[in-house]
Amino acid sequence: MAFRSITAACALAAFTVSGAAQINITGEWAGRYHEDFDDRVPGDVNGDFTGVPINDAARRHAEAWDVTRVNVLEHQCQPYSLPHIYRGPLQFRIWEEKHPQTQEIIAYRIYIGTYMQSRTIWMDGRPHPPEYAPHTFAGFSTGVWNGDVLTVTTTHIKKEFYRRSGLPSSDRTTVVEHYVRHGNLLSQTLIITDPVYLTEPYVNSQEFERIERGNRNWLYNCEYVMEVPQPRHLVPHYLPGENPFLDEWARLFGTPFEAVFGGAPSTYPEFMPRIEEMMNDEADN
Amino acid sequence: MKRTTSAVVAAGLGLAAAPFLAAQSPIETYHVQGNVYLLAGGASNVAVQVGPDGVLVVDTGGEETADAVLAAIRTLSDGPIRWMVNTHAHRDHTGGNTTVSQAGVTLNGNPAAIIAHEEVPTRMVEEDRPITEWPLNTFFEDRRDFYFNGEAIFLYHHPRGHTDGDIVVYFRGSDVLAAGDLFITTTYPVIDAGYDGGVTGFIDGLNNMLDIAVPAWLQDGGTYVIPGHGRIGDEADVIEYRDMIVIVRDRILDMIAKGMSLDDVRAARPTLDYDPRYDAGDGPGSADAFIEAVYRDLAEGGDQ
Repeated sequence: MAFRSITAACALAAFTVSGAAQINITGEWAGRYHEDFDDRVPGDVNGDFTGVPINDAARRHAEAWDVTRVNVLEHQCQPYSLPHIYRGPLQFRIWEEKHPQTQEIIAYRIYIGTYMQSRTIWMDGRPHPPEYAPHTFAGFSTGVWNGDVLTVTTTHIKKEFYRRSGLPSSDRTTVVEHYVRHGNLLSQTLIITDPVYLTEPYVNSQEFERIERGNRNWLYNCEYVMEVPQPRHLVPHYLPGENPFLDEWARLFGTPFEAVFGGAPSTYPEFMPRIEEMMNDEADN
Repeated sequence: MKRTTSAVVAAGLGLAAAPFLAAQSPIETYHVQGNVYLLAGGASNVAVQVGPDGVLVVDTGGEETADAVLAAIRTLSDGPIRWMVNTHAHRDHTGGNTTVSQAGVTLNGNPAAIIAHEEVPTRMVEEDRPITEWPLNTFFEDRRDFYFNGEAIFLYHHPRGHTDGDIVVYFRGSDVLAAGDLFITTTYPVIDAGYDGGVTGFIDGLNNMLDIAVPAWLQDGGTYVIPGHGRIGDEADVIEYRDMIVIVRDRILDMIAKGMSLDDVRAARPTLDYDPRYDAGDGPGSADAFIEAVYRDLAEGGDQ
């Protein structure tokens, strides 16, 4: 009997595919918001540009941003794009698609409750589409396992924003995600590279907790309708220097506007003394 | 959305020349939706509709890639090339007219018929281009429609946009728009004042595309839009491009109202937020050229 068991085990090992050695990330997951709670749950507000390494082009875009632009018919049902969608409240479900003969993982499929978005992370080594292929808000993703870390690279993402306050993301953005599981927690780190609007990679992270009971994934039935009378094809925006909400967040929290609009330098701990200097200068004045 | 190349198809047919084609052809073929394909890699994008009635080609790219475009069309269909449409007169969109037209045949035995707005052959005559490149099947109304390969095809004319003869082609069954240079994803809009282009017509053309396009699900997919240059888009991409042009136009209008000169306007950088994405550096598609075209169009009364 022992011999037969060993033989069977060897046979199993011979047919066990490499993907099976990785940690299982399938199941239902919900966000935990210990990190950046104010930013992620109530959500960012007008004039909040903190924490993103923006360049001057992004600043000008934010200066022109009128939040009523999302009320335009063609923008109304627009979901968050990949660089932003995991930041807010959400639940999502991950399941595997396996090759019927080899049982190798071909892809991870993901349903994200926010805006009912679907993603596929291809694990079969396929290349990304050519440059002239269409883009989507979720983009085109491929993944590889490095030990127990799943690394996902996404391209072909549509233009949108890193913050609802008008910090734009471009359609040339690349997102690299690292997924690590610790028991019932799934950690996601995003490294966002955008040659159009960022001066350096924008890095953020989120934690998700496995949901053991029930499917809490949301539904989102969006219909675009003219909600207030306005001219068709209107493009709401502010001319340079005329946005009354630009420093709203800075005023609300008593933070120097230069720090709020500071881009990469303001995202590092070394900037804290500079903020204190600015606040002292303001107090003196 | 399958992608094939001439080489791949040739290899599938067991042609001995497949390695040669793989090394030589700059044109790649991409299935957009329904009956419509994109031929990418030339001086401009080419859209091809294939079906039981034959082949319809929207724009033909530059003269230098005409043979490669024709070879790529032949990988999609060996049916007769019946119709061609020119979205406007520029050579990067019409340089392959002669080669493709001569390879086609109408029902009565002539080379494939080239359809365009009447401003297009007028421009070609002015430039002394050969008669075999001219569209001889022209129209002067704001739209024309016909039926081919099982679907209705609409041609919408937008005066004073990229040029004076721009048309947008809509394949209603396939749900694909071929936009010509009224929508590009590579650079700022090229407003050709020498061809009587203008910013208002440009915006009108984009708004017309937005009126036609319907997204499939939350602004992804649905109606696809083949730009004159660059990647395939949908409504969400068109609206971002439209928004950009309207915002820049409004800023320049405001600066004109304040009495600013063209140099003042350039110094104020009204395109700053879009320069890293769309500025071609110099020449057509550059920020400088775009600002100047909009300024002159608005300040000199073209669109007021």
